[in-house]
Amino acid sequence: MRQEDLIEATVAVLKRSETTLPPWVKEMIKEASEKETSPIARSTLAAILENVEIASSEGVPLCQDTGLPVFYLEVGRDIRVPSFLEKAVAEGVRRATKTVPLRPNAVDPLTRKNTGDNTGQGMPDLIVDFAPGDCLRITAFPKGAGSENASFLSMQNPADDPLEFVASEVAKRAGRACAPVFVGVGLGGTFDLAPRLAKRALFHMPGTSDLELALLSRINEIGPGPMGLGGRTTALAVKIETALCHTASLPVAVNLQCWANRSATAKVGDEGWSID
Amino acid sequence: MEHRLRTPISEDDVFALRAGDLVWITGTVYTARDKVHALLRSGDELPVDLAGAVIYHCGPLIQRDKVLSAGPTTSGRVARYTTDVVSRGARLIVGKGGISEEAGALRGKAAYLAYPGGCGALAARHLKVKRLHLPYLGMAEGLWELEAENWGPMIVATDSFGNDLYREAKRSPEKSSKN
Repeated sequence: MRQEDLIEATVAVLKRSETTLPPWVKEMIKEASEKETSPIARSTLAAILENVEIASSEGVPLCQDTGLPVFYLEVGRDIRVPSFLEKAVAEGVRRATKTVPLRPNAVDPLTRKNTGDNTGQGMPDLIVDFAPGDCLRITAFPKGAGSENASFLSMQNPADDPLEFVASEVAKRAGRACAPVFVGVGLGGTFDLAPRLAKRALFHMPGTSDLELALLSRINEIGPGPMGLGGRTTALAVKIETALCHTASLPVAVNLQCWANRSATAKVGDEGWSID
Repeated sequence: MEHRLRTPISEDDVFALRAGDLVWITGTVYTARDKVHALLRSGDELPVDLAGAVIYHCGPLIQRDKVLSAGPTTSGRVARYTTDVVSRGARLIVGKGGISEEAGALRGKAAYLAYPGGCGALAARHLKVKRLHLPYLGMAEGLWELEAENWGPMIVATDSFGNDLYREAKRSPEKSSKN
């Protein structure tokens, strides 16, 4: 694998994810807008759909919050992991910050000093899984602060009903997370595994199991609707990922994603790179 | 009801707004996020006069003085400064997610308008850069003076009479969806 290929692929997936929504996400928003009866909810969802069209036709970021650079890397078990892996992705972020462009969002947590290029200590965040095959798949998953700030982790009592807890908390928080939201749920594991499951759940949207659909309708029954202003659609999809947990524990984590469920994937290998 | 407003915003403009109405704005709009609000609270002189002003909770994406994307940021983070903003004369606050916990500070003085979150590219079509004040705060946190041209529709979410759509939606989402 060539370093320049990985850098170019990183810039390309950032550009695409910031300016174009995956077609299935657009389709879900369209379907939701047809189901709304409140004029406010309809006008909100119509604005969102118009915004998506403008962003992709003009090639500009659909939201000014271009997020923090989060990447999901699926590393083929048959490749030799290049020594430049992290360095190349960071260089891609720096280039994309100038060319897409991205808003410089990354600051020191204490001094609040902005590094100016969205990279530095701990950023970009690379989430790595192994996968079969002989290539590297890189998914840009820029994460805005509105939905990230509304996400949560709770160490519940095993006697509690975790799904009702998730529904009521999501209903409370969705308005400021730019509803209609995508709800990534991590159930079980440990204190840190539950949120990792929740984030991975967002990569594996939309969920279609009976349990996920039941939780989705419960959220929409009690939730405040698009942007928290009233209406039927608080969430568009729910995905639940689970792991075994200690018999004394019930970790529950929810990673919310705004309606702008941005992502784009590229494949990088010895023959070069291509958008997936 | 629909309102096409021009800045500066008068008391009568605000009193005509009711929760659920739609608003389009033409004129000057000032962006303000966490850091500008913290300055306001500290009592410092701001480089702009907020009498009759429209405050926009927004950290825009700007390239070479062109607005590329400029949707609202979450208003909840700066809700605690509502009294400071209103006491300096601001008449309209535009954002997302609402300031329900501080809605009382608007009563008889100002209104809160919701612009759909994430709709940065759409908003950019109606906004031009006039000036950047406090540039040392950076792109997201700086105080941008923008020129709005028929920018909307925004939804009056909290009016000056104490009506608040967010509170209503929380109380009975089903009912408010059928309004």
